[in-house]
Amino acid sequence: MKRFVGFIKKEFYHIFRDRRSLFILFGMPIAQILLFGFAITNEINNVDIAILDHSKDATTEEIINKISASKYFTIKQIIAREAEIETAFKKGKIKAVLNFEKDFSKNLIKDQKGIIQIITDATNPNTANSITNYINSILQNYQQSKNKDIVMEYQIIPQTRMVYNPELKSVFMFVPGVMTIILMLVSAMMTSISITREKELGTMEILLVSPLKPFQVIIGKVVPYIFLSVINATVIVLLSIFIFKTPVQGSLFLLGAESVLFIITSLALGILISTIAETQQAAMMISLMGLMLPVILLSGFIFPISSMPVPLQIISNIIPAKWFIIIIKGIMLKGVGMIYIWKETLILIGMTLFFIGLSVKKYKIRLE
Amino acid sequence: MSISLSNICKSYKKVKAVQNISFDVNPGELFGLIGPDGAGKTTIFRILTTLLIPDEGTATVAGFDVVKDYKAIRKSVGYMPGRFSLYQDLTVEENLTFFATIFRTTIEENYDLIEDIYVQIEPFKDRRAGKLSGGMKQKLALCCALIHKPKVLFLDEPTTGVDPVSRKEFWEMLKRLQKKEITILVSTPYMDEAALCDRIALIQDGEILDIDTPEAIVSKFPKTIYNLGANNMYKLIQSLQSYEHKYSVFPFGEFVHYTDKRDSFEVANLISYLEKAGLTDISVEVGQPNIEDAFMELAK
Repeated sequence: MKRFVGFIKKEFYHIFRDRRSLFILFGMPIAQILLFGFAITNEINNVDIAILDHSKDATTEEIINKISASKYFTIKQIIAREAEIETAFKKGKIKAVLNFEKDFSKNLIKDQKGIIQIITDATNPNTANSITNYINSILQNYQQSKNKDIVMEYQIIPQTRMVYNPELKSVFMFVPGVMTIILMLVSAMMTSISITREKELGTMEILLVSPLKPFQVIIGKVVPYIFLSVINATVIVLLSIFIFKTPVQGSLFLLGAESVLFIITSLALGILISTIAETQQAAMMISLMGLMLPVILLSGFIFPISSMPVPLQIISNIIPAKWFIIIIKGIMLKGVGMIYIWKETLILIGMTLFFIGLSVKKYKIRLE
Repeated sequence: MSISLSNICKSYKKVKAVQNISFDVNPGELFGLIGPDGAGKTTIFRILTTLLIPDEGTATVAGFDVVKDYKAIRKSVGYMPGRFSLYQDLTVEENLTFFATIFRTTIEENYDLIEDIYVQIEPFKDRRAGKLSGGMKQKLALCCALIHKPKVLFLDEPTTGVDPVSRKEFWEMLKRLQKKEITILVSTPYMDEAALCDRIALIQDGEILDIDTPEAIVSKFPKTIYNLGANNMYKLIQSLQSYEHKYSVFPFGEFVHYTDKRDSFEVANLISYLEKAGLTDISVEVGQPNIEDAFMELAK
């Protein structure tokens, strides 16, 4: 036991004396959560639009007022001719143009039909989609208020309710994702680097020629990072609760326990990487390319898995992060308990055991 | 036997690192592996410290087989690799404490063993190991390898990159350790250090050339060595190289070690040959062969 404590003490010396890593270790989670929370957002707010009104009558004015009154849009420009639409888009500020046809009100009364063309800048397809939807719903609202007195023969009234995140705050979605990335990165990359550093500096040679057993070396390497990762997870959850008001609907204890499980999964991956990589640089590259990219792209963190091509959907199943994101989204946003996430938990446990087994098998007790 | 190797062979892919190595080291002996870089010294160390498995042959350390009983060997030997392999970001004291702890001992328990060495680095005990000078680093590494009172000590090129004064001190320490019943296997590319060992094995290209005491190895040298000096060293070597009776010519410090093909010859003939070549201040005296001469001869 004394030997074990001595080893862990040494690991903490390494961690706390390497200022740069320490900064990454604790600076990165905070920076990332703030970045994702404030800067990177899918929400529509104050989008600049332009109006091309060929009609200029009472109805069009009413509609334009409705739109500019919403917090979603700001009318930046009034365009006089069709030809100017292109230039407005090219300048980059304007994301959408509303084009009212000539004699809009007249047609509305005469034919019961008025046409508004919505042109959006689809260089960012997601935003373009959202803008169109928002404008559509404003127009529909307006239409409904106009038709109040008219009795239609049959009417379909969709009643939508957004549950678990009624305000559609994208930070709610990012918090689980960022937490996953950070835990993965800290646990897997840092451990794999710290083990390969011993190989690179030759100290592993001395550790091998000592009574320390391989599993003692590995556990000694891993324990400090479990500790640091738990601190990181706590910081992220606190930041998201107090700064972004993300709710934690479910049990905090369950959230903690599942996080520890995922930390162990990532550490096992880190150990596995260190058995393959010979240098710190190789370990870092494998961690970044082999872990970060799949976590960001295939875990459902940013891009929904259901809209991926089938082969990628299948691949996404082997990414531990996918299961962890399902689990913490469930706990934080939906407030589910173990009965709803036992399957995902079991999968994570299985993966962890597999990684540990593989690394024990691959761990070298000699130099070759 | 403290260390025993028989017919050890080891290859890395197609390169034969060591071939048919056999030697024994007696308990309490200071045994030297002498040879140039790439001779296979480190491979032998790694096989004996259980870090590599030999392709052929068997070896034991302190009575344990290096393959089967590797765990027992790892408990009872001290190993100092060729490259400085301590934690550079830990202080002198922290390094020593760490190695004491993983061997389940304390600095105090075996302090008498390392005292001579440790007092020299103690003034720097709060300095990070990475900031020590070359000689200090080696002294610290030796302390760390000794802290658990090993039965056998493996030192792979401990004095490479160390200044001459520290080198001398280092060898004095080894001599003192030997008195404490520690068997020491040491390797070095420096021939002058070989003379300080009890016995040495001369090794080149993975094969042992000879094993004996340094004195015996020198006494086996078949020729008479002449120490030659002249006003122009470069010209002297050139002239000797083209002399029809020369056997070997090696520059050695301020002299040239020369041996002749003939069993006996007149020194005057050689001098007059050199004078004809335009050299002055010629000095010739019969010298003592050293290990380097013996090595060169054996390596021929």
